[in-house]
Amino acid sequence: MAISKEQIAEVEAKACDIRESIIEMLTEAKSGHTAGPLGMTDIFSAFYFHILNHKADDPEWEERDRLILSNGHIVPVRYAAMAHAGYFPLKEIMTLRKFGTRLQGHPEPDKLPGLETTSGPLGSGLSQASGIAYGLRMDEKENYTYCLLSDGELQAGNTWEAAMFAGNNKLNKLICFIDRNNIQINGMTQDVMPLEPLADKFKSFNFHVIEIDGHNIEAIVHAVEEGKSQTEKPTMIIAKTIPGKGVPEIECDYTWHGKPPSKEEAERFLKNVRTCGGKVTEEYA
Amino acid sequence: MYVRAEVKLQKNMLNKKLHLSKDTFNTEALEQGSTRDGYGHGVVEAGEDDESVVVMCADLMESTRSHFFNEKFPDRYIEMGVAEQNLAATAAGIALVGKVPFIASYAAFSPGRNNEQIRSLISLQNTNVKVCGMHAGVSVGPDGATHQQLEDIALMRAQPNMTVIVPTDVEEARKATIAAAKYKGPVYLRFGRSKSPIFTTKDTPFEIGKAYRVWESEKPKVGIVASGGLLHNALLAAKKLDEEGIGSIVLNLHTVKPLDTKALLDLSSEVETIVTVEEHQIAGGVGSAVAEYLSQVKPMPMEFIGVKDQYGQSGDPKELIEHYGMGVSHIEQAIRKAIDRI
Repeated sequence: MAISKEQIAEVEAKACDIRESIIEMLTEAKSGHTAGPLGMTDIFSAFYFHILNHKADDPEWEERDRLILSNGHIVPVRYAAMAHAGYFPLKEIMTLRKFGTRLQGHPEPDKLPGLETTSGPLGSGLSQASGIAYGLRMDEKENYTYCLLSDGELQAGNTWEAAMFAGNNKLNKLICFIDRNNIQINGMTQDVMPLEPLADKFKSFNFHVIEIDGHNIEAIVHAVEEGKSQTEKPTMIIAKTIPGKGVPEIECDYTWHGKPPSKEEAERFLKNVRTCGGKVTEEYA
Repeated sequence: MYVRAEVKLQKNMLNKKLHLSKDTFNTEALEQGSTRDGYGHGVVEAGEDDESVVVMCADLMESTRSHFFNEKFPDRYIEMGVAEQNLAATAAGIALVGKVPFIASYAAFSPGRNNEQIRSLISLQNTNVKVCGMHAGVSVGPDGATHQQLEDIALMRAQPNMTVIVPTDVEEARKATIAAAKYKGPVYLRFGRSKSPIFTTKDTPFEIGKAYRVWESEKPKVGIVASGGLLHNALLAAKKLDEEGIGSIVLNLHTVKPLDTKALLDLSSEVETIVTVEEHQIAGGVGSAVAEYLSQVKPMPMEFIGVKDQYGQSGDPKELIEHYGMGVSHIEQAIRKAIDRI
């Protein structure tokens, strides 16, 4: 599943579309989270337009890979990616968080097929993903289970119970990403409740750990490839991301964790949405 | 001689269709057992019937009686360690790929500690997980208050999608476990540790959501609605008062949710007052469920046997049942009080 330059360009272009949709849907909803979805857009674009074995017109297809979103509050990025991938009409994204919508504030798979799991209460997505991976292995299935986690939610003890289970059971078809954007509601993770040394923590739980730039499509794809080559360990990819990525004026500002843009802000943001091209490492430096 | 036999027959008002033990009122002669054993053997039978049944346990294999399953199906037994939140959440995941997980721990911890995972990932998500709460009630005995779960029925029955079953004895626990495996959707099964009389038999019918009358006096005044092991105490009280001319109907409400409203409505049309009996906090339990329904369709005086807004303590199961007001004499008193209020 190597990725060509043309394919990278295609995934990046989709990421731009997804970012625009996120801004539009959040503005219309007048509530929701902005920084996380924008920061994870490149990873979602890579999943829906390159990595996942899936069928947009058959979301319950048994042979599909399972993509489990643990930090359910960033679900707008998933809705936008799914819409652009053809799961449902793009205009439906404007129903986000409204009465009667399939696009609930936090994901509800019984309302919208393809979401896989209920999530939002933080810390239990890795457990659900582990259960799925374990069950698929019992049936000797080849499907991969992917789990996307936030960094802040790693403060929940349930995550580490799940990490122990996944590591102990050598769930090698479980490949996880941490959205390492360093922010949470009350500020920077380092100030609220430090998580480092994160890589060492997961290594000690028998995970294969990879650290990447979470905006570099090629790095994202290669890390998944490396995870797939594991035979004895689940994989944890620590993806360094910039919260609010793609909208220069809000990048790295933790106050954008849990609020939507106003109409005026949205107009400005939409004019400035940019592709990232895997430049996060240089920008951090 | 003939006349005496006739009198004796009239006084035994047990429901004959239930094929209950002939020694139901001869407690000394009844075999005793713990409902957790009913789960232990029942889940093996369920596993024989359906290979998608798996057992997940939080480091309490033997005391939850999950070891029978582990011995028979080691590949389908999943050890979770001391991690009840992960137990519930991982079970939700494994159910999403078609397995039927029974998750076993003490009720104090599951659904006690992991209530949010059960709420969000099992009830709300409507996953096919069977939550098995062992050692419920004060009758756990010496372990004391931390291990005596008295709020689990309230926690579980308040959650949409969740079915709640409280078997009365080992045999019913076995049947309930098998029925839960066949039922599609979240189920909470409540089991006890201490031994209680086994008065139902293999031939006693069991159906989720269908309460049945165990005892019927000729002229009933009071309806006794009981769940769990204390049903036997309720029966003893009913028989004693019947001999004094106070008639009753005893209903086994083994399924607390969905509530068998037809059985309750029928009962309420034949009696003038209700007494509920459960080994649980009065707040939010079986009595509350019955009162919520009857107060809407047929309000009548009610008395509640259960724990009165307090925690338990160490002791012998029987002395704890007496101390917290759930013995046969307490049920008798409650019945008399209920009748005084008619």
